[in-house]
Order: sequence, then structure tokens, then C-alpha cells
Amino acid sequence: MTQALVLGRPTDAELTAQLAGTTWHRGGRGWTAAFIAAGLGTLVLFSAIAYTVAVGIGVWGNNIPVAWAFGIINFVWWIGIGHAGTFISAILLLLEQGWRTSINRFAEGMTLFAVIQAGMFPLLHLGRPWFAYWLFPYPSTMSVWPQMKSALPWDAAAITTYFTVSLLFWYLGLLPDLAAVRDSAATRLRRRIYAVFALGWHGSARAWAHWRVAYLLLAGISTPLVLSVHSIVSSDFAITLLPGWHSTIFPPFFVAGAIYSGFAMVLILVIPTRRVFGLHNVITDSHLDKMAKMLLVTGWIVTYAYVIELFIAWYSSDPYEIYQYWMARTVGPNAAIFWIMIACNVLVPQVFWWRSMRVNTAVLFVASLLISLGMWAERFVIIVLGLQRDFLVSSWHEYAPTWVDLSIFGGTICFFLFLFMLFLRLVPFIPISEMKEMQREHAREHVPPAEARP
Amino acid sequence: MTHLFAEFAAPEAVVTAIERLRDRRALRDLDAYTPYPVHEIEHALAIGRSRIPFISFAAAMLAAAAAYLLQWWMNAYDYPLNVGGRPPHMPPAFVPVTFEMGVLGAAFAAFVCVLWRAGMPRLWRPAFEVDGFESASVDHFWLTVHTEPGDHADLDTVRDELVAAGALRVVEHG
Repeated sequence: MTQALVLGRPTDAELTAQLAGTTWHRGGRGWTAAFIAAGLGTLVLFSAIAYTVAVGIGVWGNNIPVAWAFGIINFVWWIGIGHAGTFISAILLLLEQGWRTSINRFAEGMTLFAVIQAGMFPLLHLGRPWFAYWLFPYPSTMSVWPQMKSALPWDAAAITTYFTVSLLFWYLGLLPDLAAVRDSAATRLRRRIYAVFALGWHGSARAWAHWRVAYLLLAGISTPLVLSVHSIVSSDFAITLLPGWHSTIFPPFFVAGAIYSGFAMVLILVIPTRRVFGLHNVITDSHLDKMAKMLLVTGWIVTYAYVIELFIAWYSSDPYEIYQYWMARTVGPNAAIFWIMIACNVLVPQVFWWRSMRVNTAVLFVASLLISLGMWAERFVIIVLGLQRDFLVSSWHEYAPTWVDLSIFGGTICFFLFLFMLFLRLVPFIPISEMKEMQREHAREHVPPAEARP
Repeated sequence: MTHLFAEFAAPEAVVTAIERLRDRRALRDLDAYTPYPVHEIEHALAIGRSRIPFISFAAAMLAAAAAYLLQWWMNAYDYPLNVGGRPPHMPPAFVPVTFEMGVLGAAFAAFVCVLWRAGMPRLWRPAFEVDGFESASVDHFWLTVHTEPGDHADLDTVRDELVAAGALRVVEHG
């Protein structure tokens, strides 16, 4: 590794002051405006949810044969975004990628907030969300149990586990830093607040020994977990008989797409945050460069899956498969979304073959927005374009979302940003203790002992 | 029971201090407080590898077994439903939930064990009363030595050793 991951050589005290200083740090006018806008969007979300619950899901655009539409598209899209957070915090930790350190908590926070958005959709899609507890096995007076041969209870188990494990992993990593904020905060009230959330972390050598092992352990179990979650989500589709869904490539295809869209979202969030908080010394161009490379790699995996899907459809000689992939998607109703998907997911990441593009924040930001759009379009293509063209021509139907669909989707984006902005203000979002540890290890590896800081 | 709290600017000095005290003190009387994990200090204090993975593994197996058993009991034993002629006991369909519950059990066990072994949650502890101890989570490294009350000669030698190892200051705290 030749490029620096921390610029300059801040002392531990300076690092703590900088990274813990983001909490309770006053934002500018732009920040306030963005925060109010996100808050208003959140109100729109909850109003639209209240309307849906009060009137019924007939206010959504989905209807037979397109029984799954925005509710499931947005669910899959948000869950997928969460996956890059776990990928960065768990898989890259096990692979000893030092560059993950400064962005891992940030990405893990993104995971939590994305999963919160995702979780709302299947609940609302139930139609009667107040019966959501029927998904869990409890001894009811009807003495009937959830049907575990259906993918829906798998989803419920996977999503709740994913959220809980992500939260535990995130909080375990956060404990030492909450203690650092507790010990360096300016006012007595803040010290008290962080003291409660730090749970009395003291940093004794014995506690660290257990912490380190447990942190690695959680990373180790998060790795198969993150792969399993989107595989289970893809099973919602793959275990049906619908052309376009009934496919064995779905689990790896969905996981790669999830990490692809997640890295795009990390970049969308990291570029403005780095600028607002002046963190160019800890989130360097090297970080952006590596994330852009991840986009290129996962973009090609997704592209490969598109090609294989077309090939297998043709190779199967099944007229329904061939029609779905070669006709319904390319020239059928809503085919424009298919072409948006191809343009955003296949063509856009190709700019990252050039290093100058990988470190250009404007290019990265716009490309990440387009890739997020492309990945949303991919879920639209799979779900809506698959359902619009059923086996029987008589049941064909074109789908269009209603204003309620659009309000809820837009509202979740605002709610996500709202939670994320609160997170940036309330907890140290760059891991302080891990940065210090990394800096020490780096200094010992690269500087002769005589020059090392005392 | 009295503790000597010594503040150091670098982890290497803590290791030196531990090595100097090793002959006159049982290692369990020493503890170090650092802003980030330091392998050399753990090594000097002869802290072994944490056994949390074993507990976590046991919890995972237990949770997975319970999840499988519950699914079998619900769908194959207590209320079997014939859906499309599929067998009531259908192991492949029970795999996802079994796996997820195993992961959940392992994660909970690991997290709870860290809190338990670190004596948390406990918002106040005597060490927090020591003046300047806040630096233990920022940029300084503290070593605590347990001493018997009233043994002033011993107290002085330990204090000298700590200062010789590079302690910025040594505080006595009860």
C-alpha cells in the first residue's frame, strides 16, 4: 500500500479532537436547510403511510398481475444499499484492508438506516400491517403456525437478524469512541449523555482483549450473513415459476448488485460529508479511488449476469423465457426502464477505468447517483416487467405507480437522509480508536525507530 | 485496598513498567487502560486469547438447533398443512431460518460476553475518580498497581519503578 490513508501525522489528541469534534458541531446554513428538507420529506413519508393504512393498499398502483411493484422494488433496493456497509465493515476487515477503517462506521450507519427503510415496505405490503406479528411463531388461539416453506418467514428472519447483528456490531465498535467523547466533551450534560451510551467503557487491557476477539468474531459471522440475506431475498423470486424470476443465478447476482448499489450510496454520502466536515486528511483520494474500483468490479459482475440471463433464456428454448428476456424487457411496456438500467449499470461505471475519473469527486458523485438509479431500475425490470407479461395474454397488464407510491418512495429517501444527518451529528462517525491503532501500526512499519514519535 | 495509577505517554513505556514490576508483583495485580488495543501490553500482562468464540459457537449451535426443532414442530408435527403436496418435514426449506437464528445467537452471545467480561454496563467505577484519567480514552496510557494498605515501603518502591519506566505522574487512589 503506497498511498496514504491518513494525511499529515496528527497526534492521538488531535485525531480525537477532530473526529470527536464532529459531534454537536454546528453546521452551516446549507446544512440546516438540508436537514429541514429531509425532515419535511419524512413527514410526507409518514402521511403517505397513514393514508395507505387508513384507506388500504388499493391506493398503490399494483394490481393483478403486477401484485408486487414499488413495495418490493424499494424493499430490495434499500436492503441492497445496506449490504455495502456490512461488506466494508466485515469482509474488508477480515481481508485486512486498512482503507476500510475510516469509512466503516459511516457505512455501517448507512446499513442500519437503509434496513429501517427496507423493513417498512414488506410490512405495508401486507395490507394489514397491524397483523405483522403473524409472521413470527407465537402460540395463537387459532393454533396455526407460520408456514416455514414459504419465503416470507425466511425474509422476516433474515431481515430482523441482519438488522440486529448490524446494530450489535456497530455498537460494539462504537463503545470505545463513545467513551472518548464522554472523556473529551465540552459540557457536563454531554459527558453525562455519552457516559450512559458508553455503558462505562474503561479500556482496560483485559476488556480490549475480549473486545478485539468479539469484534473480529462479529465480522466473521456478518460475512456469511450479508451473503445469506440477499440470497434469501432473491429466493422470494427464484423459488417461483415465473419466467424472469425462476433462475438459479439470482442469489449471487442479487448479492453483487446489492454491493454495487451500496458502494454507490456510500460515495453519495461520503463526498458531501467529507467536504462539510473537512475530513480530507482521513478520507483521502485513495479511499475514493478504491471505492470506485469496487464499483467497476461489481458493475462487471452485474453486467455478466445480464448477459448470462439473455443467453440462458435463449438456450432454454422455452418460449416464455425467450419472450420475457428478449421481447417484454426490450420493447414491451415500460421498456425505457430496461434501457435506463443498461445505460446506468453497464455503461456508466466504465469511466472508472481512468484514475483521473476515480478521484474526481464531481464525476464520482454523478456516476454514483446514476448507478443508484440504475440499480433501482434493475429491480423494477425484474419485478414489474416480469409480472406485466404473464403466461396468458388475456391477463397482460401495464403497470404505473400512483402518487402514493412515489410519495412513500421519495419519503424513505428523505427519512434515510434525516436519520443519517442525525447520526453524523450525534456520534463520532469515523472510528477514533481504530484510526489511532492504524496510525500506530503504520508508523511502526514505515518509519525507522529513531524518527518515530515518542 | 489501594491502587497506584501511573500515566504514560506511550504504550512502550507501559510495557517497560510491567516488565520492571513483573518480579515483585503478581500480574493479576496490574491492569492497563489504553485508548486502543495494544498487543504488547496484553502480551506483557500474559492475557490469554479470549474464549468468547467458544461461548459464541455454543450459542450458535443451540439457537440453530432450537430454530430447526421449532420449525419441525410447527409445520411437521403440531399443525401439518398440505401445500401443493410438499412433505410436512422439508429440511431444505428449514435451512434459511436455522442459519439466521444461529447467526443471531452467536452475535448476541459475543456482544453480551464482552459486556460481562468488561464488567459493563456500569457507568461509574473508582478509576474514573482519578484526576486526568479521561486521557485513557484519548491519548494516554495508564497502568494500575494493586497494593496492600499500610505497606509504605512497598508503595515507594513501586512508585520509583513506575517513574523510572517513564510515568508522567503517579497517583495514589483508594
